[in-house]
Amino acid sequence: MVNYFKLIALALITFFAMIAANYARDLAYMVHALLIAGVSFGLFIWVLRKTGTEQVHPQDEYMDDVVRFGVVATAFWGVVGFLVGVFIAFQLAFPALNFEWAQGFANFGRLRPLHTSAVIFAFGGNALIATSFYVVQRTSAARLWGGNLGWFVFWGYQLFIVLAATGYLLGGTQSKEYAEPEWYVDLWLTIVWVAYLAVFLGTVIKRKEPHIYVANWFFLAFIVTVAMLHVVNNLTIPVSIFGSKSVIVWAGVQDAMVQWWYGHNAVGFFLTAGFLGMMYYFIPKQAERPVFSYKLSIIHFWALIFLYIWAGPHHLHYTALPDWASTLGMVFSVVLWMPSWGGMINGLMTLSGAWDKLRTDPVIRMMVISVGFYGMSTFEGPMMSIRAVNSLSHYTDWTIGHVHSGALGWNGMITFGCLYFLVPVLWKRERLYSLQLVSWHFWLATIGIVLYAASMWVTGIMEGLMWREVDANGFLVNSFADTVAAKFPMYVVRGLGGVLFLAGSLIMCYNLWMTVRKAPAKEASLSVAVPAE
Amino acid sequence: MSKPSKKFDNDPNTTGHVWDGIEEFDNPMPRWWLWVFYATIIWGIGYTIAYPAWPGIKGATAGVLGWSTRGDVVAEIQAAEDKLAPINAKLEAAELTQITTDPELGPYAVSAGDAVFKTWCAQCHGSGAAGAVGYPNLLDNDWLWGGDIENIYLTIKHGIRNEEDDDARYSEMPAFGDDYLEDAQIDAVVNFVMSLSGEPQDASLVAAGAEVFADECSSCHMDDGTGDRSQGAPNLADAIWLYGGDYASIKETVTYSRFGVMPSWGNRLTEAQVRAVSAYVHQLGGGE
Repeated sequence: MVNYFKLIALALITFFAMIAANYARDLAYMVHALLIAGVSFGLFIWVLRKTGTEQVHPQDEYMDDVVRFGVVATAFWGVVGFLVGVFIAFQLAFPALNFEWAQGFANFGRLRPLHTSAVIFAFGGNALIATSFYVVQRTSAARLWGGNLGWFVFWGYQLFIVLAATGYLLGGTQSKEYAEPEWYVDLWLTIVWVAYLAVFLGTVIKRKEPHIYVANWFFLAFIVTVAMLHVVNNLTIPVSIFGSKSVIVWAGVQDAMVQWWYGHNAVGFFLTAGFLGMMYYFIPKQAERPVFSYKLSIIHFWALIFLYIWAGPHHLHYTALPDWASTLGMVFSVVLWMPSWGGMINGLMTLSGAWDKLRTDPVIRMMVISVGFYGMSTFEGPMMSIRAVNSLSHYTDWTIGHVHSGALGWNGMITFGCLYFLVPVLWKRERLYSLQLVSWHFWLATIGIVLYAASMWVTGIMEGLMWREVDANGFLVNSFADTVAAKFPMYVVRGLGGVLFLAGSLIMCYNLWMTVRKAPAKEASLSVAVPAE
Repeated sequence: MSKPSKKFDNDPNTTGHVWDGIEEFDNPMPRWWLWVFYATIIWGIGYTIAYPAWPGIKGATAGVLGWSTRGDVVAEIQAAEDKLAPINAKLEAAELTQITTDPELGPYAVSAGDAVFKTWCAQCHGSGAAGAVGYPNLLDNDWLWGGDIENIYLTIKHGIRNEEDDDARYSEMPAFGDDYLEDAQIDAVVNFVMSLSGEPQDASLVAAGAEVFADECSSCHMDDGTGDRSQGAPNLADAIWLYGGDYASIKETVTYSRFGVMPSWGNRLTEAQVRAVSAYVHQLGGGE
């Protein structure tokens, strides 16, 4: 019966998408309308063909297919995002790479949001969805709630990624950093996200364990807060129902404040809280040791959640933003230092009694260095939020170095660690294909990050100092172009760091692929839901 | 299936919960962590009392230190202006021609002008002042409107062909391609112009081009093509080209003409700044 409603809905979507394509006012919108028409038509055929065959979900088994797809998507989008990142890094060093024939779709301005969204939302988002689906089932001893809703979340999210990415290349952007997709893509993501919340919360509610595990607190905080941030920051009015352009309802400094409230908490809840959820499950599992301190996890969770949401104004020091808002943003950022470090302490101290594994297990080494980078960037962040430091660091490459030590070091490394943990479990293999290749990945990625972060620190502080350099009479010494020229060697080093990081991720993909293909199979079934106590 | 955590004899108690084999120790929070956390909170409260912070209905607390970003920048600019006020007054009062040779004003004007140039002029003329296509090189002695300091000063103060300053330098080259000259005539005059500076050209067309040049071009560019600074008409006999000296570029210039614009800096900069940057440009190498 449900299938008939699905068929009607899909037919209507196909029909209206084709009308929309016909009346489209711009290229991005037309391509997207055709894409949606194609996807919904394909789904229509697919639903039609399987109508009449009854589907049975074995309720005592974990739903791991969707996690497997999520693992593949994470690895795939990771490589795409890193590749685009390496290319645009070299575009900055060698502007000739902004090819004349590629103007309007592959110049730096079009590719930069493609890179940031690919790594944060496609790579990071898929990692979060896959691991949260895996973790919430294991720690709740329950199958994912909502039947096939988990599949809708996965494929709906991939559609969002494709719409966002193609939109950037074709010029469909609302020009808000990390929130570039236009209004209809935002609406679609809202629907997918609410479904994600329902699946996650539904699974937590029907859990067979008496308590909710700490990882799930972080995942839930991430899902709920991102929903709120996304909706408020994307309140726009479309210029036309048949066009991609829309106008944001916020204006002036209010818009800037909403944007950085969103932007900073995308870091805080997407890249910190969500990934702490991953850390809290996979580090104790890989180390086979209990979490260091329950009390610490409670206090640092609530402190982190309460404080992070106020820290956004530190992105707008010395702007039109009133001083009082800037002060509060800075104070909350500095107070956030210890709550952030609570996660690092719990992660690292969980290894006490298992430190010897660092010598033998490159996967745990990866997880440990990710927590190390987490600690470094959550110290660097509060420091850079201090007004006096910010007056030097703001608008320089230091910021770029900071976010990459967090993104490559913390988010990247912990995700790699999780993938190395998950693939043998999900594909029922005894072990990974090669630990030696994991070591190679570890060192390539680590050296890559060091090259990246160090070169950006040097060039960022250098350009900050050059901008403020004055002679004895108080006159400016350097022109802006002088500072750009001076950065060239460091830009090349940064690009090379990216190449190393990308090479490591390709080695990982090969290793995971060979694990599925070649590693010895494991007999014991891992997918039956049994409460731990 | 779920491997339980490994335990040692001296491990602390756990909370008793188990999820998929994961347990939690009942360890206290590290003391140093807790105290640093408390310290940042206390510092935060103190900082928000000292600086503008807490919003109310009609405004925010101003902070007991009375500090503000805008107050800060006003004070800094005021201090810099106060310090330089006497020498700026001298610079404004001096004869333009005396500035560069004055032992006190000369070096000051050059360093001040350097900063003005890097902020306002480098975008078009380049941070080294070597120019770009359409934007003159200021390092050589080839001047469109005159290279003595008074003419440089006038050009900077009022600009060229802009609509914001009635005293802006103005001249306009006709677009000869607009049904005015035959294609063959344009072809010929381009070859003649190229011959003036010895660029490779089609020698058979030079004589015909010379005729066209004498009729149409010489009133501004002079009979010998050396140009006229009072009209901003470039010297065509040297090998220096603002828009390019190849056949295609010169043909485009003759066919469609050019209309280079420079803003009026007298509207944006102080008198002392305009004088300083004039002195700076004058001493770059081509000053007369």
